[in-house]
Amino acid sequence: MTDGQSAASPVPSEVAEQVGPAWVKSERQLRREAELRGRARRSVSVATASTIVVAVILVVGITSSPGWPRVRATFLSPEAFVAALPDVLRGFLLNIEMFLVAEVLILVLGLLVALVRGLRAPAFFPLRALAVVYTDVFRGIPTILLIYLVGFGIPALQLQGAPSDPVTLGVIALVLSYGAYVAEVFRAGIESVHPSQRAAARSLALTQGQTMRHVVLPQAVRRVIPPLLNDFVSLQKDTALVSVLGPLEALRQAQIHKDLDFNFTPYLVAALLFILLTVPMARFTDHLAVRAARRRTGGGTA
Amino acid sequence: MSLLKIEGVWKHYQGLSVLRGIDLEVAPHEVVCLIGASGSGKSTLLRCVNLLETIDDGAIHLDGAEITDVRAGADDVRRRIGMVFQSYNLFPHMTVLDNITLAPRKVHGVRPEEAEARARELLDRFGLADKAGEYPDRLSGGQQQRVAVIRAVATDPRLLLLDEVTSALDPTLVTEVLGVIRELKETGMTMILATHEMGFARDIADTVCFLEGGVLLESGPPEQIFSAPEHPRTQAFLQRVLEARRM
Repeated sequence: MTDGQSAASPVPSEVAEQVGPAWVKSERQLRREAELRGRARRSVSVATASTIVVAVILVVGITSSPGWPRVRATFLSPEAFVAALPDVLRGFLLNIEMFLVAEVLILVLGLLVALVRGLRAPAFFPLRALAVVYTDVFRGIPTILLIYLVGFGIPALQLQGAPSDPVTLGVIALVLSYGAYVAEVFRAGIESVHPSQRAAARSLALTQGQTMRHVVLPQAVRRVIPPLLNDFVSLQKDTALVSVLGPLEALRQAQIHKDLDFNFTPYLVAALLFILLTVPMARFTDHLAVRAARRRTGGGTA
Repeated sequence: MSLLKIEGVWKHYQGLSVLRGIDLEVAPHEVVCLIGASGSGKSTLLRCVNLLETIDDGAIHLDGAEITDVRAGADDVRRRIGMVFQSYNLFPHMTVLDNITLAPRKVHGVRPEEAEARARELLDRFGLADKAGEYPDRLSGGQQQRVAVIRAVATDPRLLLLDEVTSALDPTLVTEVLGVIRELKETGMTMILATHEMGFARDIADTVCFLEGGVLLESGPPEQIFSAPEHPRTQAFLQRVLEARRM
């Protein structure tokens, strides 16, 4: 390499040869850093103090309310908690099962619908129209209503081979409802890939399909992972809606226990279990979003 | 016989005529430079040749066959034409090597080992051998654009279109990209370049074409266009370029 070339191609990973004096931290910089450290310490103390104050106000406020003894007895009974936990937990496994099956099917359905909406050939017009109608209709129906319609409607048709098991019907309803949302998320991701990427792929003589498969989709999917995870956090909770069809999942089990002695603590058990599952997922989503943002600002413009 | 023949090509955008009856012939191994102000139609002309834009009138022939025939397949035409863009347009989710071998593997049916060997050979020739496994955002602009050129020639196109390939680059990085193009000329590559680098155009072009307002006003060998332009518009344009350089 000539001198001109090495100077002309600075690469972030390579350390340029040292020119000029070596750096020794100045008095001024040391004072500046000490001041910043002091400020950071003060911020932590203030944050801790204000958190404690808020927590105390909340606890005192709630426990001193006139109905508190009654609430504590009906919602926070340790005995009822222990009694309900095994059954509710067993029910919750069914929620997780429904969630996992539905999630896979939703991803497949959503991606298919998004791809169909992007087809341009005239022969695909009916499919494309169907995809548009599907997303419009199923995003418009409240999930719980859809669960009733699918759960009682499909068995009522008395079709040969149609599922009659409430869990299957519930999963079908969730897939139909969430598939429409996820299709729109995928479509937004596909449209967010810059047209110049398509132009580059097409200029290399890749077909429409190859361009989508090798250039557009990989970039689109990476971008939509955070919003997709967000939808899945919401799906985890909505598996509880299937309880209206009767399967013994967490909410249903909690209901059964509540009906035994009119103590509502089992609901709290179910709520805690859902939180235990959704919080890590929400944090993971945040983590991915932060990482993506960092890559956007730190990376190149390509 | 000419490799590329452009006949009376018109192109409109929202009622605005950006190409107004362009005629141009390019012989095999010829290097044609399109010069002119931004918005004169240089880029649009290149995009029309690559069928990224559909023309509104006229015809374009490649190897004697009309490629603008609406019954012809665009993918078949693009297999024979390479294109390099101003903003590189490398695929950010692929390594340099995958960027280069994608079209040979998927479009031209080259075996993966063969495509990779060829890509490494080209990277080596253009001083990028150690960047094969890098992702594009780890490269400087000049390196990215050199990879984009390699990607475009890895399929041995009949014709290479270069659309202001140095306009997005830091001045110190321009030379390394121009060096690659100069080397391609020596291998006999037929090229059409839209460029603002007048010195380079003068140096490398067999024919220089001056466009203004979508009209090809004047064309000829570089000595004639740069030293003794006939059209007053060409004179005015070159005068403006010269004044800008002096500042």
